[in-house]
Amino acid sequence: MGAVTQWFNDLTQWFNDRAPGLGVAYKKHLSEYYAPKNFNFMYYFGSLALLVLVNQIVTGIFLTMFYTPTASGAFDSVQYIMRDVHWGWLVRYMHETGASMFFIVVYLHMFRGLMYGSYKKPRELVWLLGMLIFLALMAEAFMGYVLPWGNMSFWGAKVIITLFSAVPVVGEQLVTWIMGSFVPSDPTLNRFFALHVVAMPLVLLLLVVLHLGALHEVGSNNPDGVEIKKHKGPDGRPLDGIPFHPYYTVKDLFGVGVFLVICAIVIFFEPTVGGFFLEHDNSIPANDLVTPASIKPVWYFSPFYAILRMIPSKGFGVLALLASIVALFLVPWLDCGKVKSIRYRGLGYKVALTIFAIVFVLLAAIGADLTPGWIVDIFGPNADITSIENLFGRTLVVLYFGYFVFLWAYTFFGWEKTKPVPERVTTHD
Amino acid sequence: MTDKTCRASMRALAALLLALVVALAASPAAFAEEGGYPDANINVHDQASLQRGARLFMNYCVGCHSLKYMRYSQMAQGLGLTEKQVMDNLDFTGAKFGQPIVSAMSEADAEKWFNKAPPDLSLEVSAKGADWVAAYLKSFYLDPATPSGWNNTVFPNVAMPFPLWQLQGEQVAVMNPPEDGQPATVKSLKLAHQGSMTPAQYDRAVRDLTAFLAYVSTPDELPRSRIGAWVVLYLVLFTLFALVLKKEYWKDVH
Amino acid sequence: MADESINKGRRRFLTASTAVIGGAGLIITAIPFVETWLPSARAESAGAPITVDIGKIESGQRVRYGWRSQPIDIVNRTPKQLEWLAKQDPRLRDPDSKEPQQPKYCQNATRSIKPEWLVFIDICTHLGCVPDYYGDIKPEPFDPDWKGGYYCPCHHSRYDMAARVYKGVPAPLNMVVPPYHFVDDTHIQIGVDPKGAV
Repeated sequence: MGAVTQWFNDLTQWFNDRAPGLGVAYKKHLSEYYAPKNFNFMYYFGSLALLVLVNQIVTGIFLTMFYTPTASGAFDSVQYIMRDVHWGWLVRYMHETGASMFFIVVYLHMFRGLMYGSYKKPRELVWLLGMLIFLALMAEAFMGYVLPWGNMSFWGAKVIITLFSAVPVVGEQLVTWIMGSFVPSDPTLNRFFALHVVAMPLVLLLLVVLHLGALHEVGSNNPDGVEIKKHKGPDGRPLDGIPFHPYYTVKDLFGVGVFLVICAIVIFFEPTVGGFFLEHDNSIPANDLVTPASIKPVWYFSPFYAILRMIPSKGFGVLALLASIVALFLVPWLDCGKVKSIRYRGLGYKVALTIFAIVFVLLAAIGADLTPGWIVDIFGPNADITSIENLFGRTLVVLYFGYFVFLWAYTFFGWEKTKPVPERVTTHD
Repeated sequence: MTDKTCRASMRALAALLLALVVALAASPAAFAEEGGYPDANINVHDQASLQRGARLFMNYCVGCHSLKYMRYSQMAQGLGLTEKQVMDNLDFTGAKFGQPIVSAMSEADAEKWFNKAPPDLSLEVSAKGADWVAAYLKSFYLDPATPSGWNNTVFPNVAMPFPLWQLQGEQVAVMNPPEDGQPATVKSLKLAHQGSMTPAQYDRAVRDLTAFLAYVSTPDELPRSRIGAWVVLYLVLFTLFALVLKKEYWKDVH
Repeated sequence: MADESINKGRRRFLTASTAVIGGAGLIITAIPFVETWLPSARAESAGAPITVDIGKIESGQRVRYGWRSQPIDIVNRTPKQLEWLAKQDPRLRDPDSKEPQQPKYCQNATRSIKPEWLVFIDICTHLGCVPDYYGDIKPEPFDPDWKGGYYCPCHHSRYDMAARVYKGVPAPLNMVVPPYHFVDDTHIQIGVDPKGAV
């Protein structure tokens, strides 16, 4: 043991002499990054998102080795991966499951931020960078979804790209420019391939570094929403803080284990998740003459797609879609409340956030076309599905935007009755 | 969790998770559009069933339909057959062992005879679902109004004449009384002449053929479920170690 | 933070065992990724054995076939060529075919199953060029004492009528004899060993 330790110390020293910054970075971001000791379950999703990013990059690199980015070859090459390449199915299912898992952990990560006020001063920049990651992720996922060139890929691409025609004056030209043709075809596929495998991953990585860098400047928030830096011991360390390494590395390792069990169950036993993660219509090659029975985006876009669909005007639909994302960017400035954590906020906030979360899930259900089945179950087979769905969906859209309006009014006019925030963190496991 | 407000936030989270669970639990309704067909009741892990299905496919289907993404050699592996067994009993197209299962009928001939090339069936079950395929194979009936003389309640006005009629026999439609102005609709199907199989035997044949096509759609299902249990078992073990390790380190945190 | 009561040994044991289990998992996970690089089913199919008809190859004639995108030369050697074969030994690097450049059943004086039939992959062991066939026993510009064989135009490597490399040329090894067997007197299958041979 002694010899190994000695050798390790020598090696560390060797690097330190040549790159002193490495040791500093290790201390700043891991061994001497003091994180609040009261992180709960909701705090696993940041590190899990990083894990999924690594998975997407590794499996993506391997898929790139076998994939053919041409309209005539793409679909066949995916089947080649699934059947002829050794373990190709595993690599593809890991990538496909990873994509959906990415959004699950990111949505929960964002919800955590809303619950505990992690976007509030001084963490606005962390939130903004996080939102940019979310935007980049949506672009990355959309372009990746087009690559297998199944019928759903093709029509999804066509519908989403056509959204740009809502841009005033240059809309139509913009659509043609993005497609490089008049329908999604080889040029579209080639540019999406380049963006999906090279450009967007670079952007994502850069944004992740900035997101973490910004976080480590100000320090992590926590479920009590108290600033642990306010109370430091004689050694200058926050009294309620513990070094990220080893305490949160081992804790996150446990989270990773649980997460991977779930992922493995999906990958090995139900990789399509009943058509949610991999859609049935994408087993049919792209056909520019036959539209799938119901065009719907993959589940992770469906809340935003529902907002688009529920607005009975193309221009305003696209505007609402944009606004639904822009509103999230603005949350740090809409929320004028003095208290960060939901634990000490007014009842109105708790109710509003709960409704917001439920509305988001229900919008997802509408976007994923689950509602017609529900309506038939509830109102019988002769129900006027469209009217009921529109009424239901538009109420949800109003509630979605209502959350942001309420958040602003509730806090700006001082209607919120908060509870006293403790000086120190209250709980930990 | 000592604080009351803390519990409130947990309730909010619980409500969200509940909503998610409800949405997912209700999701089978989403498949109602493609479902609504009786359960095909297939088992792709039953090699004997897959072998019988393969034999049916090679005798009745491969004349027109290809499985271009499946090689004879891969099929041999999945069905637990030797190269010789496959080449002697299942390869009627003259293809080599390592080559894909491609119909002997050329696309040009197909266009000439049927106006439209019969579709490749490699991914049929992935696209339509096993229940649909099984229901479709049981729903042909004689209809003098169509060019082929056959129609199908699952796939109305299908171009394909019923290839398994010698097995199932001939079904005829029992029509609903026509409502004013509307064309008459099919109420049910009745077996007018039994083929070489009894209805029970034919049900089994359809189950075998559907199982075979399901296997062809996702051949990865066999290795997947074989390995999956071990992977999950390993990950659970790892998670337990990580949990104990976490608890050990967190003894420091007061 | 450090506590007197912590059991350092237990902590080290748990850290090490979790690391070992996790590390083993990572290594096992890497295996499928490494194996994606093996020849795919499509490549395997393209590399399937070929059967060729040698019934029309006359004595002294050479015929070339493609197998796995490599040139397979089949030569019906004349008695003269075979006679000179044994006498070349002193001029060769590896006259007894000690290097594993041929299946066991071809590790003999003629590097073949039947003496007259030479079957080998015509790829120079120097840098992968395709040597040319010079079957006639007559002085050649590159070798005044030529007894028939193969000559590589790229870097002047020379091989005898059993594809064995001469001394004093850049190529280090004899050319490779692929697995093959006689289906019958006039057919050779390339890519499959004879029954019972290893």
